[in-house]
Amino acid sequence: MKLKQLEGLLGNLQQFSNPKVELEQYPTGPHIASRMLYTAENSFGDVGDRVVADFGCGCGTLGIAAALLGAEHVVGVDVDSQSLEIASANAEELEVELNLVQCDLGNLDFRGQIVDTVIMNPPFGTRKKGVDMEFLRVALAVASQAVYSLHKTSTREHVKRAALRDFNASSAEVLCELRYDVPHLYKFHKKKEVDIAVDLWRFVPRGA
Amino acid sequence: MRLLTHNMLSSNIKGVINGFPLGIVVEKVIEKPVEMNPDFLKNMFAKIEWKALVDASRSMGYTELPEQADSSMLDSVDFLQRFHHALLELHLEEGALVCPETGRKFPVNKGIPNMLLHEDEV
Ligand SMILES: C[S@@+](CC[C@H](N)C(=O)[O-])C[C@H]1O[C@@H](n2cnc3c(N)ncnc32)[C@H](O)[C@@H]1O
Repeated sequence: MKLKQLEGLLGNLQQFSNPKVELEQYPTGPHIASRMLYTAENSFGDVGDRVVADFGCGCGTLGIAAALLGAEHVVGVDVDSQSLEIASANAEELEVELNLVQCDLGNLDFRGQIVDTVIMNPPFGTRKKGVDMEFLRVALAVASQAVYSLHKTSTREHVKRAALRDFNASSAEVLCELRYDVPHLYKFHKKKEVDIAVDLWRFVPRGA
Repeated sequence: MRLLTHNMLSSNIKGVINGFPLGIVVEKVIEKPVEMNPDFLKNMFAKIEWKALVDASRSMGYTELPEQADSSMLDSVDFLQRFHHALLELHLEEGALVCPETGRKFPVNKGIPNMLLHEDEV
């Protein structure tokens, strides 16, 4: 599938109807989501025929993109049931299989080394400090091949240090810097925060 | 929910030592055919807990998996087809997952297990 085609399909997905501020529910846009998964597949072979998990899957954009690019099994995890219902409807609409689990990521413990790749757009940690790092910790514990994640560019050094020193990553690499549109959903957003710089990371867990 | 997902999940209630595998209460099972990928199955065979898959598939009404299996069986197309069916084509649509130690039920609605813990379980 071509990049443009993937982006087009993702552009039609239904997004959060009633975003919950405290969970940082903003959609991973089709531009970013398509590039993220396209790179994971075409540069690293981390998607096709793999078991992929989408953490904080929201309406399922990243997980659905993985399924469209040939992942054999995709599991989306989110704490919020309303988002999971939208994700389920989105998967059905595009006729892909997406297994969904309602769980607080902090309590998640996937057994074995079954998940190859984790893809995620975690909350940036602007509402609940440290939640972004908690996602990364769990992702690196679960993935056996690679973790793709988005983090604010302003946290780059911190992310790198935590991944390598505390979460047992053997490498942590920024693949590119992107502009992320945080829509005017929330009154507390100051204007300058509407379009923020984020890094697309690829982490490799030790032992991969 | 596929049984591959079931094979990864466990109960993380505070104090539970071995929360795997979760029991299954069935209200509704559905089957969704997908293409078989032998290389994927061979790779998965080394990672999954066979007994958990056998028991889970039996609770779902599928009794065609052998009690014991070893990797030499992966050369048999017939075996691969059964394994494929149990792992990827059977879905628990409605029912519950049950913590093997406490009996606590995690409901499954529209194929989505709710693994959220109550405050006193964290
Ligand atoms: C930035 S959004 C990701 C959006 C998603 N990629 C999409 O395209 O719809 C962050 C997501 O993380 C979820 N989330 C926040 N805290 C969580 C937690 N502790 N456990 C699981 N999910 C959580 C939110 O419900 C939200 O869907």
